[in-house]
Amino acid sequence: MEKIDVVIVGGGLSGLACAYKLADRGLQVLVLERGDFSGSKNVTGGRLYLEPIKPLIGDMFLDAPFERKIVRERWSLFGEGNSLNIDFTGEKFRKTGHSYSVLRSIFDRWLSEKLMEKGVYVIPKYRVDDLLWEDNRVFGVKSGEEEIPASVVVAADGVLSFIGEKAGLKPKMRPKNYAVGIKEVIELTEEKINDRFNVEKDEGCAHLFIGDVTKGTFGGGFLYTNKETISLGVVVGIKAIMERAATIEAHSLIDAFKERYEIKRLLEGGSVVEYSAHVIPEGGYNNLSRLYANGILVVGDAAGFALNMGVTVRGMEFAIASGIIAAETILDAFEKGDFSANTLSLYEEKLKNSFVLKDMYNCKDMPEFLDNDAFFNFYPKYFPLFVEKVIWFGEGPKEKIGSTLWKELKSSGMLSFKRLKELYNIKNI
Amino acid sequence: MKIEEKLAIDAFKTDKETHIKINHEICRTKCKIKYCLFVCPGHLYSYNEQTDEITVEYAGCLECGTCRIACTEGAIDWIYPKGEFGVQYRYG
Repeated sequence: MEKIDVVIVGGGLSGLACAYKLADRGLQVLVLERGDFSGSKNVTGGRLYLEPIKPLIGDMFLDAPFERKIVRERWSLFGEGNSLNIDFTGEKFRKTGHSYSVLRSIFDRWLSEKLMEKGVYVIPKYRVDDLLWEDNRVFGVKSGEEEIPASVVVAADGVLSFIGEKAGLKPKMRPKNYAVGIKEVIELTEEKINDRFNVEKDEGCAHLFIGDVTKGTFGGGFLYTNKETISLGVVVGIKAIMERAATIEAHSLIDAFKERYEIKRLLEGGSVVEYSAHVIPEGGYNNLSRLYANGILVVGDAAGFALNMGVTVRGMEFAIASGIIAAETILDAFEKGDFSANTLSLYEEKLKNSFVLKDMYNCKDMPEFLDNDAFFNFYPKYFPLFVEKVIWFGEGPKEKIGSTLWKELKSSGMLSFKRLKELYNIKNI
Repeated sequence: MKIEEKLAIDAFKTDKETHIKINHEICRTKCKIKYCLFVCPGHLYSYNEQTDEITVEYAGCLECGTCRIACTEGAIDWIYPKGEFGVQYRYG
């Protein structure tokens, strides 16, 4: 086969964003997607934060099939039989398109079709098996017997990145650095969603849960409203579920979650239209892949660009930004006519100056901080309980509210040195 | 809703050939806990007492790769299904 300028392995958001930017400048680009179409192998929670990537995307997301603009944010601590929630909405969020819920099979497919109109070939049903090498540099890809030589290969093949592995760039996948997200898409009418989540048409809600939803294991639950569906799921740390004292089957968590009083009413009358699962990088900055080598760049989940910030989780905007920044680097390399690691190292430099590696770096201590059972079984258990004790009026006279709370705080261990140190350590993340 | 019913909703195109191969010798000699039996979101792994083998119903694979990561003994040889096969998400 004739030599191509750039071969992108994987037609997800990072690969497509990269191709989009390259196509603007007339390079010959091939995107190889193993699914029937772009998005058919992708899963998100999920929502996309738009603000960080606005300076990068140009007209890329004009007419994008976003599901709903997220204007309501909720967090819940799930105890055993009770829960405590925070519900936030703000004018600022309603006025700007701060973040949007998306469904990847719809979203990525739309972007790939837009790309094809620009003259980029997105080849579906094409699994890449290996890399081509020439003198210690990547020189294209291989699928079965077919070889596709290319000046640059972009590994955009997702969290499991076999390509990054074959290039020797990806760290060994250890259970502690990954979580699995298990999700159901549940169909409901648009009106019901608006009413149940207290939002206007095209507005939506994002809701995260910790505690009983994972039976106290590292992870949590999520709920995002789409136009006419709800994305509901559970994320659980792979190491955490492996090492749990009392074994639970991962798939059963979502069933128990749906049975909760708080959730059941929200889903009533809905029907499950899809069941999916996907692995999520949780290792953060310290578990990133090496980002480049001779003739190859790594982008998106393949590089490990995903961030669990506790209060929210992010990934897709990192994928898109890294794809675009990879494209900028590749354009420079073509100008120079040099695709060595030395030239491609500019990619990492650019990422360091962007929110991608800045945010990843700033949150580098997050995985260690979150690796603490107390966040999953102590706080979610006791905070709702404190409230319950304070607001419960039983037989006889009520004890003073302040002293009730104080007693509960003390007996729970909330005022112990360990807990207070934990709170104090928040300053580090 | 049973897990089998959930998987039945999804669209799969099944290859004749499995994309998940299990090295039974490793399972027998090295693996004590058999994480694959409970980490898989599709609940596709099971243990056959008669043959002393772990089996996997690869046709229902959601392609997440959790088993590959959790199988720290390296008994599971897992690759993506060939192009055009496997799960095809319609929502994602």
